[in-house]
Amino acid sequence: MSAAVATELTWTLPHAVAGTMVLSLNAYVLLGGADFGGGVWDLFARGKDRDAQRVLIADAIGPIWEANHVWLILVVVLLFSCFPKAFAHLATELHIPITVMLVGIVLRGSAFTFRTYDSKRDHVQRRWGRIFSVASLLTPVILGVCLGAVASGAVPIRSIDSLRSVTFGERFIDPWARSPFPWAVGLLTLALFAFLAASYLTVEATDDRMRDLFKRRAQQSQVALLVLAATTLVIARAENPLLFQGLTNGRTALTMHAVTAVAAATSMWALATRRFQVARLAAAAQASFILWGWAWTQYPWMLPPNRTITELAAPRVTLQLTLGALAVGTMILLPSFVYLFRIFKTREGVE
Amino acid sequence: MSDLLFARSQMAMSLAFHIIFAVVGVGMPALMVIAEGRYLMSRDPLQLELAKRWAKGTAILFAVGAVSGTVLSFELGLLWPTFMEHAGAVIGMPFSLEGFAFFTEAIFLGIYLYAWKRIPPRAHFAAGVVVAVSGALSGAFVVCANAWMNAPAGFRMVNGQVTDVDPVAAMFNAAAPSQIVHMTLASFAATGFAVAGIHAFALRRGTPHRAFHRAALQIALWVGLPAALVQPLSGDWSARSVAERQPVKLAAMEGHLKTGPAAFVIGGWPNAATLEHTGAIEIPGALSFLLHGDPNAVVKGVDAVPPDERPPLGIVHLAFQIMIACGSVMAALSVWGAWRWWRRKRGSGSALPDDRRFLTAVVLAGPLGFIALEAGWTVTEVGRQPWIVQGIMRTADAVTPMPGLVVSFALFTALYIGLAVTVVFLLWRQIIKTGVSQTPMGFTSELPIPTPGSTASYPTP
Repeated sequence: MSAAVATELTWTLPHAVAGTMVLSLNAYVLLGGADFGGGVWDLFARGKDRDAQRVLIADAIGPIWEANHVWLILVVVLLFSCFPKAFAHLATELHIPITVMLVGIVLRGSAFTFRTYDSKRDHVQRRWGRIFSVASLLTPVILGVCLGAVASGAVPIRSIDSLRSVTFGERFIDPWARSPFPWAVGLLTLALFAFLAASYLTVEATDDRMRDLFKRRAQQSQVALLVLAATTLVIARAENPLLFQGLTNGRTALTMHAVTAVAAATSMWALATRRFQVARLAAAAQASFILWGWAWTQYPWMLPPNRTITELAAPRVTLQLTLGALAVGTMILLPSFVYLFRIFKTREGVE
Repeated sequence: MSDLLFARSQMAMSLAFHIIFAVVGVGMPALMVIAEGRYLMSRDPLQLELAKRWAKGTAILFAVGAVSGTVLSFELGLLWPTFMEHAGAVIGMPFSLEGFAFFTEAIFLGIYLYAWKRIPPRAHFAAGVVVAVSGALSGAFVVCANAWMNAPAGFRMVNGQVTDVDPVAAMFNAAAPSQIVHMTLASFAATGFAVAGIHAFALRRGTPHRAFHRAALQIALWVGLPAALVQPLSGDWSARSVAERQPVKLAAMEGHLKTGPAAFVIGGWPNAATLEHTGAIEIPGALSFLLHGDPNAVVKGVDAVPPDERPPLGIVHLAFQIMIACGSVMAALSVWGAWRWWRRKRGSGSALPDDRRFLTAVVLAGPLGFIALEAGWTVTEVGRQPWIVQGIMRTADAVTPMPGLVVSFALFTALYIGLAVTVVFLLWRQIIKTGVSQTPMGFTSELPIPTPGSTASYPTP
């Protein structure tokens, strides 16, 4: 769908904001997504050093995880201030999956903290652990379902007349439940998050056994990821020719796929040759290219198949002020983030 | 019950829940930073212990505040999509800024909680100050957005569409200054009183850790009492602001039902049909005098607007009375505490009032700040009904077309009840019951790291 309309990139204010939203979502996938992935591995922690695995995950997530989840709030705030119509529409039509996702976010966030601060190792703590892990499975899937539903054009803006004749099921359930495509994207998201977490944990691990364990897990989830990506494409081709065309047509789309494939290959090679720092970078790059590939597929639509980014944008003054606030905020946030990660994600310890 | 009522109930419940944790996120960092600052000045290990204990409580409460705040940002769209569609572009600004303030708070709280041994004490203290300041700022930004619903500005409605958007004018609307001051003071008063109540309770029961709880009580009183003392002045300012912009809300609050010289109505229950009170004590002319300096000044009553533009009179009046009653008791306790402190300062020994009578009063007053807070939000939100944006958009026109909202109402209610029970249980086990300091389970970041400098990290108590 993009090839026909967007022969060249017209860079306007609404596109700048939309780009910023994808950037923010990118940060959420790389940071918050890895937290969810950590929860998945927490759930699958097995064997003698089960507790050690869980401590490693908690240590990796602990100091930075509150900040990681603000990225999602930022996406939501940008959406409702700069694309209020799109926000209102999505929150209405996808009410049910968003509600389920919220329950997952609440359980995951609170359970993780409760478990961290409940220092008595007993059944209470184990129960929190289980809630945290199960919610970690649920939330990424639903997040992917919502994005998949939008991408496949299943959540179009309807005219007043067609709204009158539409049934409850057609309006509130079909967009995310009728086709397998959103669910394929949901599972893809879960595999991606698990893969990211495993790749990061190979670097965070403090001993070789643990490193090998997460190396194997990163390899397994990479395989799952590739299988799911292929499945998604097959479903798209059968279900949604227009979407499939957007995914596979045009030089940019194919370039995106090529770069993603290079990142995936790099990650596999780096894992196999135990270059874990490189593997971590390659995994982050792969995830980012998948996300930007989706963004490009949708461009210039915000709500395919009938509303573009430009059509849904708020008045110019709002966009300008928001971008201005973002610039000022970034000047404060970026050094803060660098400081946070320098304290906790380097081996320096005390400055 | 209608879907509209379920949507309103879900929003009310979510806000009532979140506001507790949001306020704690403003008040608690101030307490822990003061304790840490006192430690840096006096090197008294008790103060460090206190800062760490409070930080742990802050972490648990902050996490719940963060997730319930995330829920609210989605709920704006899930429950009130039409409102957001029109208002989003106008009031997105304070929300964006709040996002950044909250982001900063989350980053530095992570540093504060986990980097006791990784950065120099001064840097650690500075991180705590950033948490406290950004927490207060994020509260102020969100209140800006709420004030806009009470005093809409920065746009024009033409044929049901929003035009001439001016986000800056919307953010700095007429109701914002008084609401921000009132809410910020409420945050410090509520948190200070609640924490003071907990430690006064321990002291009254007789505890082996007397010195610890005395130090805690002292800081909590220093934060809570001054705020409670000046809160009535800010309340007066808020009331004048409401009188000017939302006369019907003020009339409902004060139980002033018919336009004319206004009395002070204490207690009673208003009858919406006859516009009469049953069982109220009235001080004739008092409200007119308070607002205009003239007991015969005419004040608009609830009857100034047609019945379908009036808020539920009973709830608003009752909630307002509860807020005033709690605030008055807190202010009176502050005066008493200040007087005792001053008397003791002239005498000898410690200036902290710690006789049993005063401690009992502090314990009893502990929950009053939070009760006043919930009552105050009830006043401002229910008092604005039937409008979601005063005079512009009705709540009934803003609600989602999604049917069956009883399901999500029940779901979130159950979820929040479960969370509330767990938080209380955890705080009890972690902060109040345990006598010795414990670090979070097995955190390598909590293990001592060899340091090059001698004073480069905190000692382990």
